[in-house]
Amino acid sequence: MPDATGLELIAQDIRDGDPDAVLDTTYARGRATLIANPPAIRRVLEALRGKGYTFLASLHGVDYWPDEPRLGVIYELLDMEKVDRISVKVRVGADEPHVDSVTDMWATADHQEREAFDMFGVVFDGHPNLRRILMPEDYEGFPQRRDFPIGGEPVIFTFNEKRVRGYPE
Amino acid sequence: MPVAGTDRPDEELLTINMGPHHPATHGVLRLMVKLEGEVVRDCKPIIGYVHTGIEKTAEDKAYWKVIPVVERMDYLAYYFNAQTFCMAVEQLLGLEVPKRAQYLRVIHLELNRIASHLVWLGTSALDLGAISMFWYCFREREKVMDLFEQSSGQRMHTRYIQVGGVFEDVPAGWADKVRAFTREMPRRVDQYAALLDRNEIVLRRLRNVAVVDEQTLLGLGVTGPLLRAAGNPWDLRKAAPYSSYEDFDFKVPVGTVGDNYDRFKVRMYEMYESVKIVEQALEGLPEGPFITEDRKVALPPRHELGTSMEALIHHFKLVTEGFRVPPGEAYAPIESPRGELGAWVRSDGSAKPARVHMRDPSFVNLQALPYMAKDGYVADLIATLAMLDPILGGIDR
Repeated sequence: MPDATGLELIAQDIRDGDPDAVLDTTYARGRATLIANPPAIRRVLEALRGKGYTFLASLHGVDYWPDEPRLGVIYELLDMEKVDRISVKVRVGADEPHVDSVTDMWATADHQEREAFDMFGVVFDGHPNLRRILMPEDYEGFPQRRDFPIGGEPVIFTFNEKRVRGYPE
Repeated sequence: MPVAGTDRPDEELLTINMGPHHPATHGVLRLMVKLEGEVVRDCKPIIGYVHTGIEKTAEDKAYWKVIPVVERMDYLAYYFNAQTFCMAVEQLLGLEVPKRAQYLRVIHLELNRIASHLVWLGTSALDLGAISMFWYCFREREKVMDLFEQSSGQRMHTRYIQVGGVFEDVPAGWADKVRAFTREMPRRVDQYAALLDRNEIVLRRLRNVAVVDEQTLLGLGVTGPLLRAAGNPWDLRKAAPYSSYEDFDFKVPVGTVGDNYDRFKVRMYEMYESVKIVEQALEGLPEGPFITEDRKVALPPRHELGTSMEALIHHFKLVTEGFRVPPGEAYAPIESPRGELGAWVRSDGSAKPARVHMRDPSFVNLQALPYMAKDGYVADLIATLAMLDPILGGIDR
């Protein structure tokens, strides 16, 4: 992880090229996070890739409900040469949950963006195959959102299967 | 072996389903395979058949009750799931883990790595038609399971690793049993190698099959033995040591070609290295507490409950509400038998996590399968899948 000063330097570097790209930085418990402006996410990740963070270790979806903008996507970048990690966060509202896809920059984002879409409903614009990955294709709703109830799913038995929505005629 | 020059427009592509219930898919994995004759032209993994919503369940449980559910994700590497989750929570709490607990964790993690590799080796050999390997591997795995049972009471999903340390110190005589195992194990791996490594069928099935270069793998986010087989010595135990791995002397096996044979050899050699780490950790096992002394996080010892009111209050608070974690986000990556396993935990200040997300190596590594299987024979697809070592419990979570 870059230290707090290093993080500010990186943020300043990106802001020099694109003044609105980085909204904020946080540094807590040894974790450096850049909070990116959603339309500029590709430019921020591209700039970090140019700084040596070439490996996209993971992509996490998260729901900050009831805070707004409630949905978040976190990119964990890794520099294998310097063994250094940095995370980039974007937050979008649930009414317009659009984030640009990075599948053409990192092939690994394919499954991981699909998972964030499946669980939180974040739409990754430009993803070649944005379909549900873990939930059934005809599933409605985004189960990992914080306002999605646990146990809100009827258990299907023979006696009630015809009454459950989505049962094939 | 890739077949060149078979681009005949008059030949139709045949799309078939492999799985979801197929003994060679190592779980409930469905593959949509496009075949041209016997050659795989495209292959799409379709997953989600054993999705059980573990991450959602975790949000409804106190931090210490999350450990048993996350252990059930990658069911061959349960100690690793618990370790990465506990590390993330410890980061959020700013908690120091006692040295003895770190060593005990390492011993169990490495024994678990051996057990996981043994299941991989046995089932992979089975896929290649060598049934006896399966029995030999499970014979040794059973010994590891016995060790786990003695130290924690369970064979699988042991819930041994706790936030702040481990559940219990190892029982008397356990260390000797582990030493007996570590003395025997390298000889056993030699025997497996003697059975497989000079076997003409195995060599022909594995050598120069499913070669993928390092840069493609890095773009796909592939880590662990698959990346090391392609020649990149990336291992988090060496690169970014956690839980005192910097104290131990071990080597990181790497391949040169990046074919199925290298993947096989890398895992075989990792078993020798794991044995070395276990031996060193047992030798240097420090004295001291096995779990943090912070009573706000760890349960007080049983004997204090009868004499100390304070201990009773702590005990009551911990088992009813659990401990609260300051708000924040943490990501704790570790080297699991399949690559980088990381828990991303978000706390909102309450006693339950607001989000637990596992970066499961099988989930990410599976994306490399179409690249490995393309233009190979359908029979090699089975071997490639076996050498990929996906665990569907970890993929679907």
